[in-house]
Amino acid sequence: MDLAYTPEEEEFRARLREWLAKVLPSLPPKPSPDDWPGRRTYDLGWQRMLYDAGYAGLHWPVDAGGRGATPTQHLIYLEETEKAGAPYVGANFVGLLHAGPTIASEGSAEQRARWLPPVLRGEEVWCQGFSEPDAGSDLAALRTRAWRDGDDYVVSGSKIWTSHAEVADWCELLVRTDATAPRHRGISWLAMPMDAPGITVRPLRTLAGSAEFAEVFLDEVRIPVAHRVGAENDGWRVTMVTLSYERGTAFVGEVVACRRVLGELAREARKNGRWDDPALRRRLGRLNAEFRALWRLTQWNVSESQRTGGVPGVGGSVFKLRYSHTRQELYDAAAEVLGPEALDLGREWTLDRLSSLSYTIAAGTSQIQQNIVAERILGLPKGR
Amino acid sequence: MDFQLTDDQRALKAGVRELLTARFGRERLRAGADDGPPGLDRSLWRELGEAGLFALRLPEADGGVGLGLPEAVLAFEEAGRVLLSGPLIATYLAAGTVDGAATGETVVAAVDGVLVEWLAEADVVRGDATGAEPLRSVDPLTPLHRVPAPGVSLGADPDAALLTSLLTAAEQLGGAARTCELAVQHARTREQFGQPIGAFQAIKHLCAQMLVRVEVARAAVYAAAVTADPTDVAAARLLADEAAVRGARDCLQVHGGMGFTWESDVHLYLKRAWVRTQRAGGVTQSEGMLADDLLAGAD
Ligand SMILES: Cc1cc2nc3c(=O)[nH]c(=O)nc-3n(C[C@H](O)[C@H](O)[C@H](O)COP(=O)(O)OP(=O)(O)OC[C@H]3O[C@@H](n4cnc5c(N)ncnc54)[C@H](O)[C@@H]3O)c2cc1C
Repeated sequence: MDLAYTPEEEEFRARLREWLAKVLPSLPPKPSPDDWPGRRTYDLGWQRMLYDAGYAGLHWPVDAGGRGATPTQHLIYLEETEKAGAPYVGANFVGLLHAGPTIASEGSAEQRARWLPPVLRGEEVWCQGFSEPDAGSDLAALRTRAWRDGDDYVVSGSKIWTSHAEVADWCELLVRTDATAPRHRGISWLAMPMDAPGITVRPLRTLAGSAEFAEVFLDEVRIPVAHRVGAENDGWRVTMVTLSYERGTAFVGEVVACRRVLGELAREARKNGRWDDPALRRRLGRLNAEFRALWRLTQWNVSESQRTGGVPGVGGSVFKLRYSHTRQELYDAAAEVLGPEALDLGREWTLDRLSSLSYTIAAGTSQIQQNIVAERILGLPKGR
Repeated sequence: MDFQLTDDQRALKAGVRELLTARFGRERLRAGADDGPPGLDRSLWRELGEAGLFALRLPEADGGVGLGLPEAVLAFEEAGRVLLSGPLIATYLAAGTVDGAATGETVVAAVDGVLVEWLAEADVVRGDATGAEPLRSVDPLTPLHRVPAPGVSLGADPDAALLTSLLTAAEQLGGAARTCELAVQHARTREQFGQPIGAFQAIKHLCAQMLVRVEVARAAVYAAAVTADPTDVAAARLLADEAAVRGARDCLQVHGGMGFTWESDVHLYLKRAWVRTQRAGGVTQSEGMLADDLLAGAD
């Protein structure tokens, strides 16, 4: 068991730090959260800077245009960019972390050449059209239909909770291509251009007040058959393959950020006098233990995937369960520190408290994650 | 960075488990609980000494094993897993300074706050145990004495409190992992309403959270073993204490009425976990230290 970084890893860190110190001051000002075109431009601009400096697709395989970095290098990258206050992946999230890796591992040479370079260069934005009004946790219940018409699929149905839909160029879309097959075997994965006729995007306001996701209505949208990645009706497997790309690093930057916020909370509490309350101090002390442990668990998972050659396994569910819960606890503690100020939307922590509420829902609810842990790790029987 | 067990560490852990399975099986555990009061098994103690448990960190030149804290933590995790009885940590800490401690010839107890575990069975006591009175220990497998004047004399080692806390966390981790296994085993076999109770989500989710607490605590405990940093140890201790106590509670719940019986092992895990939470300052001290750490460097 070793927590020390190798000289090569430290050198990687040092070079990255140096680069960040050089380029971050030259970034344009952050756009307002409601300025979607501005956010798109900003996020793509950052991706372009990463590309030019050789950091784009760090954890992607080399033959997909990535840098083939080790999980530990990726961990260092995420840690350092967060510490330096660099932009988040933002609108590049689906392209870099989901659709891109799916195409990299399941796409044809032609498809890879068409779609991957623009993601790495910060030219195209992707969104994820999986969830539907009647298919959330039970994703395999999805009903958006696609039927063949010559060289096209014709697609009708609706998607919901699609993040970044308004500014996306492409949508990784799950559709039902065989309504008679068993549920998991009648699904296909399509790349849908968001400017195709028949698509209507209706933004949805989140409880935090901004439009972070949208409904996407599809009315006989034509998508070339050549845009299907993987075999017809093999879309479920195609989608699941991608999960192995994440390699335990999904929340690295966020854990670093949470630890910083916790320190800020303690300082704020000392300033406003609430630090004198031993119950609050104990609460913050416990959160310190939690986030330290989550950081160690991240290092543990990353080391594990480094050894196994990339597959993170279901350990990610263990991490996500605890992290999403602890993040909510953090912002509840922030509200205790702020007192009446916690009702002021002008305070950053108030908005963060609101957005923390999505963590136990998005990307697999906590109940679903507990089912996964119980059934796939502990081997308990499936049941009602 | 390679934060995973090395092959040697895996082998050590497996070796300790094998030894303990052979020498401290369930009958041994139950004999102590059912036929009490428990005595200390001197021959087992010597065997543990021979196996090197107490001498893990002594240099090989002094007849020790010459291994570091991570190895000690792995061994104590295994001890915690089977509820191995006796003042293990006090004896481990005394190895090298008290004659015979390393080999298991001498049994060493230590005053920790107002409590002393295994005082009557010890050959050597660290700290002032004058006026110690036995109390009716909640844990049938850990005899306890109370001393009139609280003092912490866990050993000559200046790091004794820190190491006691870390090794306690390791024991808690082992116990927590075991209660998770026991709960899962029971949930797979016990049937109600025509199906294993483990098919009910309420039971599944209890078990899933037990595992989550174990794995989060494991990362914290192993990291603290590597860094030996007091704040890391405090964090490890908090999470391991919680994993052990809540794990045993949930295990009891999963066992239903059977979990409330003397005959079941579950209460032994819960009671031992309670005893361990009192060691070396306990929860309040850990939380306080972790809170202060947040302001470190703030002035
Ligand atoms: C901020 C945010 C961004 C998102 N972005 C996207 C996106 O970009 N693309 C996309 O496709 N989707 C996206 N989603 C959708 C997300 O994946 C779903 O919300 C999630 O899978 C849950 O589905 P649901 O909302 O239909 O809830 P439901 O599945 O209806 O769940 C409702 C409740 O029932 C519980 N429940 C359901 N099934 C079970 C079960 N078997 N056992 C126990 N409890 C159960 C759930 O845990 C939950 O508490 C996003 C969601 C959020 C909140």
